[in-house]
Amino acid sequence: MKHSHDLDCKDLLSQMNDYIDGDLDETLCSEIEAHIKTCQHCQIIVDTLKKTITLCREEGREVNLPPDARQRLFEKLNLPENDD
Amino acid sequence: MNKADENSKIDLEALRRKDKHAFAQLVNQNSDNIYRLGMKMLGNPQDAEDILQETFIKAFDNIDRFEGRSKVSTWLYRIAVNEALMLLRKRKDNLTEIDAELETKNGDLLPRQIVDWCCLPEKELVSNESRKRINAAIQTLSDANRAAFLLRDVEGLSTKETADVLDISESAVKVRLMRARLQLREELTNFFADKMVRESL
Ligand SMILES: [Zn+2]
Repeated sequence: MKHSHDLDCKDLLSQMNDYIDGDLDETLCSEIEAHIKTCQHCQIIVDTLKKTITLCREEGREVNLPPDARQRLFEKLNLPENDD
Repeated sequence: MNKADENSKIDLEALRRKDKHAFAQLVNQNSDNIYRLGMKMLGNPQDAEDILQETFIKAFDNIDRFEGRSKVSTWLYRIAVNEALMLLRKRKDNLTEIDAELETKNGDLLPRQIVDWCCLPEKELVSNESRKRINAAIQTLSDANRAAFLLRDVEGLSTKETADVLDISESAVKVRLMRARLQLREELTNFFADKMVRESL
């Protein structure tokens, strides 16, 4: 896909991570936003990539240490429990 | 905010004296994070618990080597990741090592599936079936890419901190993270695009 902008789809892909993480300078950021407005292909990639990260993060953070495993850990380390 | 930031209150001097209360506090503040990382690296509770125990045993034995230049949580992640990678390598000993090969083949993971599934209702995106697929997708990543992804995107470490934990450069972290994210996107797109087709029938 070719556009009138300086930036093509391939450039965008190489900057995508930094763009999503907010690590790009303003100029590059607005170039990417301009591209996305006219390119549905890249728009979909950015949107689904962001959503993918959010879903994986939420799923990842669901995990907590079960109380019995915590107790075994303290026993193994020979540490006093309930000691915050 | 990252829970790890609370670690600034940890008394390093007390830890070096092997003070049990200081150590119990360290364990309390970091055990969820380390367990979570173990679960997602190894994919099962038994291995995650082994990683958790090994990490704190090693931390207790080697606290003198912690120089205090990084956060103590970062140092713990580093021990845990090394334990996890070692266990994964041991597990693969009998199998052929395909990780490195895959890594180069997938060098530039160009997005293949272009379907906008973001419009699916939230309850579909986080249904039990979806959550299973999300977990399975994380397990399809190579060990190296998975570690980078978990530290950066799940644990919320900075690129610099992730680089320190994995003992690689920041640009290497970015490459691994990009591969991991694109691969996950591809996996989830396969799943959710199918779901959209099935539901429109
Ligand atoms: Zn484009």
